[in-house]
Amino acid sequence: MSGIEQWLVDHKIPVGKWGESFFDFLIDNFAGFFDAITDGGSFLIDGTVDMLLFIPSIVLIILITGLAQYLQRTWKLSLFVFLSLLFIVNLGYWTETIESLVLVVYATVVCMITGVPLGIAAAHRPWLYSLLRPVLDLLQTIPTFVYLIPAMTLFGLGMVPALVATVIFAVAAPVRLTHLGVSSVPKPLIEAAESFGATKKQLLWKVEIPYALPTIMAGVTQCIMLSLSMVVIGALVGASGLGKPVVRALNSRQIDMGIEAGLAIVVVAILLDRLCKQRNAPVDGA
Amino acid sequence: MTAVEFKKVDIVFGDNQQEAIPMVDAGKTREEILEKTGCVLGVADGSIKIEEGEICVLMGLSGSGKSTLLRAVNGLNKVTRGEVLVRDGDDLIDVASCDAKTLRHMRMERVSMVFQQFALLPWRTVSENVGLGLELKGMPKAEREAIVEEKLKMVSLDQWKDKYAHELSGGMQQRVGLARAFATDADILLMDEPFSALDPLIRDHLQDELLELQRNLKKTIVFVSHDLDEALKIGTHIAIMEGGRIVQYGEPEEIVLNPANEYVAEFVAHMNPLNVLRCASLMTPVSDLRKDGDRVILDKYDAFKVALDSKGAVQKVTFEDKEELPVFSFEADHSLDDIPDCNIVTASPEITMKRAIELRQSTGNPVLLSEEGVLVGVVGDEEIYQGILRQSSIADAAE
Repeated sequence: MSGIEQWLVDHKIPVGKWGESFFDFLIDNFAGFFDAITDGGSFLIDGTVDMLLFIPSIVLIILITGLAQYLQRTWKLSLFVFLSLLFIVNLGYWTETIESLVLVVYATVVCMITGVPLGIAAAHRPWLYSLLRPVLDLLQTIPTFVYLIPAMTLFGLGMVPALVATVIFAVAAPVRLTHLGVSSVPKPLIEAAESFGATKKQLLWKVEIPYALPTIMAGVTQCIMLSLSMVVIGALVGASGLGKPVVRALNSRQIDMGIEAGLAIVVVAILLDRLCKQRNAPVDGA
Repeated sequence: MTAVEFKKVDIVFGDNQQEAIPMVDAGKTREEILEKTGCVLGVADGSIKIEEGEICVLMGLSGSGKSTLLRAVNGLNKVTRGEVLVRDGDDLIDVASCDAKTLRHMRMERVSMVFQQFALLPWRTVSENVGLGLELKGMPKAEREAIVEEKLKMVSLDQWKDKYAHELSGGMQQRVGLARAFATDADILLMDEPFSALDPLIRDHLQDELLELQRNLKKTIVFVSHDLDEALKIGTHIAIMEGGRIVQYGEPEEIVLNPANEYVAEFVAHMNPLNVLRCASLMTPVSDLRKDGDRVILDKYDAFKVALDSKGAVQKVTFEDKEELPVFSFEADHSLDDIPDCNIVTASPEITMKRAIELRQSTGNPVLLSEEGVLVGVVGDEEIYQGILRQSSIADAAE
């Protein structure tokens, strides 16, 4: 080893240690806060899962099919939804599917609640966006597994750390797309509203958000798909759902279980994607 | 009463305005100011007074500052120095310095705007677009609908109220823009090249429609155009702008007859004089006409002679000293078909050159011009030729 290299190795910058002590600091000082989030989160998620599982699967399948029909208005898709959900029941992964779906929905809701306002704020303030951009890049490039470690440290095992990791992973999409949508509103439209005396708030609700809506909705779709991919990985920190059989299959080399669970995930992914697709071409209005 | 007044308005874009202002005062050009300070000069020392009911056309090439000046009226462009006074009831409000609340009031109640690219909200129906201004004021839906319906009827689009903007042609979209501007009942209408994006036939049609509407509405209109023919057709007053400065301001005929500089002359050279020049500026006045005793000779062949009474009214017109021609008084609401054969016509000196040529062609005789019954001049072939030649000599001079 050359001298310089040896010197570099000997004088290691303790980045990892700093990070660790930061998390230790959080645990030491805000343990109550994180515990409260963990308890509240698990209560909400488990409660929703229990409630949905209380409904007989066939009734829920019909309800979801009805929702598909309402959203997309094509009988072909509704039929596909109906049959593929029956297929999941047949595979024996109904409970896991519901657990994953609940986690995806909660993660998406949290992402939208935080991401959309953040995107709007960033679109109005270029300095905020230039601040956010490296953070968003970071969030999207760090391997997803890395999120699990601090999430587990702060929130223990279970659904909540998976939810937190999912939100952190998926929130960048709605922020970016909302920013894109709001900042691409044509200037004449803004001036037209201004020339009739629109306030900042009116401008936001009557021009910017309606114009950006198709892009924001694309953000929702992306967010859902990202959440699904992360929810599966969440099984590593003890989140129940479709990821669990995958992890188990991996550990015990059960090819059949892996194929079946993987298939169920693919079916859920296709379902969610088709359900969220925009029915209208963008900017056609409601 | 003054509706809008620009008082020494300077508009400069950029961060370095304090440095740019003295250069504006020194009369430096836009290029010099840009090079020295990095600021773009929008408007320099713009002063115009627009009376109520006038249509003032701001006209110039692109980049001449005409839109910039227009947009100062509703505060879309910030004025660097000077005042923009806009009437609000009995007061004149300086929109360049008023607070946000007053500006909002002016925008909602006093000034409305029509945009070049229509600027309709694509996710809203036609009637929702027209109701935008009222909605922003907080007017309840039921009340809004009645007004929207009325304004859509005005621009004859009531059949289309539930369509979306993109389902309409360009001309129709701009009529929606007009209805939207009319909906707030603002007395001052800003129009930023509203018809430039339309093809020539539709443009002509919409200009006519606007003039027709204006006859009843009597709004104060500030209109931006880069087309002198449009400016001459629509404007009661025209301000010609070059490089951010107003180079000439006046009535259309004034500008055509006395272009202030080469830039204006260039515009005038390319316009059609027929609709702009009035006979008052074409005619040979009575005092310059030759006399045959107490009769006035109208043409150079001594063919037409007119006997006047003591006040100067036309008494009798003779052709070649033999035939007496009946005199027909041509009023604004007459058409050419109303003129009996073999008559000689008297008309107001305010009629356009085009109308005079039509009358000359239809009757075969020179056109007498009289004001309040008194003969003031005559327009015959000579005068018409001279009118056309003058136009072309301006064109030659400009090239």
